[in-house]
Amino acid sequence: MSMTGQPPVEAFRVSQLLYDTRYRSYTIQVFALAAIMLAFAWAVDNAVQNLEALGKDIDFGFIFETSAYDINQHLIDYDSTSSHGRAAIVGILNTILVAVLGCIAATAIGILAGVLRLSGNWIVARLMTVYIEAFRNIPVLIWILFTVAIVNEVLPGVRSFRGPEGMSGLFFDSVFITNRGFYIPAPIFEAGSAVVGAMLVLTIAAAWYFGRWARVRQAATGQILPVFQIRLAILVLPVLVAFFAMGSPISLEIPALKGFNFKGGIYMRDSLIGLWLALSVYTGAFIAEIVRAGILAVSKGQTEAAYALGLRPGRTMSLVVLPQALRVIVPPLISQFLNLTKNSSLAIAVGYMDATGTLGGITLNQTGREMECILLLMAFYLTASLTISAGMNAYNRRVRLKER
Amino acid sequence: MKLKTTLVAATAAVAVSAAAQGATLDDVKAKGFIQCGVSTGLAGFAFTDSNGNWDGFDVTFCRATAAAVLGDANAIKFTPTTGKTRFTALASGEIDVLYRNTTWTLSRDVDLKFDFLGVNYYDGQGFMIRKDMGVASATDLNDATVCIQTGTTTELNLADFFRANNMNYDPVPIETNAEAQQKYLANACDVYTTDASGLAATRATFENPGDHIVLPEIISKEPLGPLVRHGDNAWGDIVRWVMNALIIAEEKGITAANVDSMASASTKDPEVKRLLGVEGNYGEMLGLAPDWAIHAIKTGGNYGEIFEKYIGENTAIGLSRGLNQLWTKGGILYAPPFR
Ligand SMILES: N[C@@H](CCC(=O)N[C@@H](CS)C(=O)NCC(=O)O)C(=O)O
Repeated sequence: MSMTGQPPVEAFRVSQLLYDTRYRSYTIQVFALAAIMLAFAWAVDNAVQNLEALGKDIDFGFIFETSAYDINQHLIDYDSTSSHGRAAIVGILNTILVAVLGCIAATAIGILAGVLRLSGNWIVARLMTVYIEAFRNIPVLIWILFTVAIVNEVLPGVRSFRGPEGMSGLFFDSVFITNRGFYIPAPIFEAGSAVVGAMLVLTIAAAWYFGRWARVRQAATGQILPVFQIRLAILVLPVLVAFFAMGSPISLEIPALKGFNFKGGIYMRDSLIGLWLALSVYTGAFIAEIVRAGILAVSKGQTEAAYALGLRPGRTMSLVVLPQALRVIVPPLISQFLNLTKNSSLAIAVGYMDATGTLGGITLNQTGREMECILLLMAFYLTASLTISAGMNAYNRRVRLKER
Repeated sequence: MKLKTTLVAATAAVAVSAAAQGATLDDVKAKGFIQCGVSTGLAGFAFTDSNGNWDGFDVTFCRATAAAVLGDANAIKFTPTTGKTRFTALASGEIDVLYRNTTWTLSRDVDLKFDFLGVNYYDGQGFMIRKDMGVASATDLNDATVCIQTGTTTELNLADFFRANNMNYDPVPIETNAEAQQKYLANACDVYTTDASGLAATRATFENPGDHIVLPEIISKEPLGPLVRHGDNAWGDIVRWVMNALIIAEEKGITAANVDSMASASTKDPEVKRLLGVEGNYGEMLGLAPDWAIHAIKTGGNYGEIFEKYIGENTAIGLSRGLNQLWTKGGILYAPPFR
C-alpha cells in the first residue's frame, strides 16, 4: 500500500459518456445537434428535389425585374416601372414606419396604463384593468380588422366634405378626418428654413448641455433648478427668433379637396392609422403589465425612505422608483417591441403595404417565386428583430445596476 | 431555430406536392373525389347556397368534371381560394383543378408552370363607380382611389392603364371580393375594378344596383378558364374535354333534359353519337367510362344552360352572351371537333 497523497486520476472510459452525469449532457447535446442538422439537411434536400419535380429552380433574378404594380404608400420614389427589389424596400420602409410609430405609442400607452393601474383611485385602476384584460385576451388580428372597419364605416367619407353644404375640417378647416384616413397640413420649407433648422439643432444641444450642468450643480450644491421650464425656453425662444428673423420661411400646406380626393398636406391612410392604433393599444396592454410589475418590484422601503428624506411623490417616482423599475422593465419590453414588429406583418389583412404585402404578397404572387420571397422575408424579419434586441440590450446594459 | 422550423414546415408543404405530381387521375379515382379550387364567393360564379352547398357557373364546371370522372357530381371537395392563394393551392396539390375566374396569361402558363385548358368565359377588365360621381369615362379617373384584388392580373392592367393615360391613382389592395365590396360601399374607394363579369356579379348583390355604373372602357383581355398543374397531360386532357363537351353539347342541342333520349340512339348525328359514347371508344382514350359526357351534361346542362341559369340575362347578374356566344351565333365560343 503506497500513499501518494494524490487522489487517483481515473482514466476516461467510453461508458462514462452514457453513465456519468458529467459527460452525459455532452452526449445528449451532440446527438441533438446531429439530429437537428440531419433534419435540416433532409428538409433542404427535399425542397430542392420537389421544386425540381415541379420544374422550379431557386433564382433571385426577379429582384431586378420590373414589378409592374403600384404601391399606395411609398416613402421613396416608386412606380410600376420600378423593380421588385425596390418594391421590397418600399414595403420594408413601410414596416419600419409602422413599427417605430407603434413602439413609441405602445410605450407611452403602456407606461400610462401601467402607472394608472396602480393608482389609488378605484375607478381609474379598474378602468385600466378592463382595458388591459380586454386587449391582452383578444387576438391582435381582430383588433386590426376592427379598427380599420371602424375607420371605414364610422368616419365621414371624402365626398361629405364636398360642395358648399359639405362638412368643414377641424382646426380652421385644415385637418380632415375621413374614412380614407387623415389629411393633415404639411410643412413647406422655403429658403431660409435651413437657418431655423440649424438653430433648432443648436438649441437641442444647448438644452441637453444645460441638463447635464444642472445635474452636476445639483449634486454639488443640492439646489434644484426648474430644469424643465428653462429647457423649454432654451429650446423654443431662439428658434422663434430665427423663424421670424428669416421672414417665416416655413409655412403649412393645407390639404384641399380637389377632384376625387384631398390634395396637398400629409395623408395618413386608413390602413396605417388602423394598424398603428391596433398594434399600439394591443401591445400597450402588455407593456402596462410589465410596467406595473416593474414598479411593484421596487421594494416599498425605497419609496418610504425617499418620503422620509422629504422627496415629493413625483420626484420619488422619477428619481427613485422608475430608475430601479426600469431594470426589471427593459428586458420584457424588448420582447414586446419584437412582438409588435412581427405582428405588423398582419398589415396585409387591411391592405397596408408592408414587407409582407409587397415582397411576400404581390411580388410573390406575380412572380411565383414563393421559396425565394419567403426566404428573403424571413431574413428581413430576423435582421430587424436582432437589430432591435441589440439596441435594447445596449440600453439595458446602461440602466443595469452598476456595481462599484 | 424558428427559421429552421419554418423551413421544415415550408419544405414539408412542398413534399406533399410531390405525391400529387403525375397521375392525378389515379389519385382522384383512389380518393373518390375531385378537389376543386373556386373563388371565396362571387355571386353567380361560385357561392354557397342556404344549405352550404357550393353552386354557380364555375362550380358547375367543376361538378361536371367530377361527374365525368367519377360518375357523381357531388364527389367533389371545394376549396375557396383568394387571388393570392389559388396558385399555391394548385401547385402544392391541395387542389386538382382551379376554376376561379382565372385569366390565362403567358407567365402563369409558362413561368408558374400551369396548363390552361381553354376558356369558359371571355372577359375584360372594367370599372364600377357611383352614378352620382358624374364620371362617364375611365379616362376621367385621375387621382381616384381604386379598390383592387391583389394577386390578380387586375392590378397589373390597372397600373398599365393609368400609366399609359398619364393619370395617378391610389390603389387599395384587397384580398377578396367581399372585402372590396364592403370598402367600395363604405366609400373608402371611389372605384372598384375587376373583370367586368365580376363587377356585374358584385353589383347584382347591392341594395340599389341602379346607383352604380360600369364605365364603358374595357381595358384588357381576360380569358377566364380552368387550369391544372403543368406536366400531367392526361389529367389536363380530361378537364379540357369535359369543358369542350359542354360547349359541343350546346352546338348540338343536347340538354340536361334530352341527353338520355339522345343517347338511346334517337339521334343520327355521328358526332353526337361519339360524344355520348354510343360510338367509338373516346371515353377509353381519356381513361373514363364511355358515358362520361352524359354524366357531365346531366350535371347542369350544356354550356348555354349553365350560362343562362347562373349569370345570363334573366338572372340578377344579367350578363349577355356577347363573346361567349357560340361561333355559329356571332360569338367566339368554339370547341375543337369531337373525333
Ligand atoms: N381574372 C383576374 C382576376 C380574378 C379575380 O380576382 N376575380 C374576382 C372578381 S371577378 C373574384 O373572383 N373574386 C372572388 C373572391 O374574392 O374570391 C385574374 O385571374 O387575375
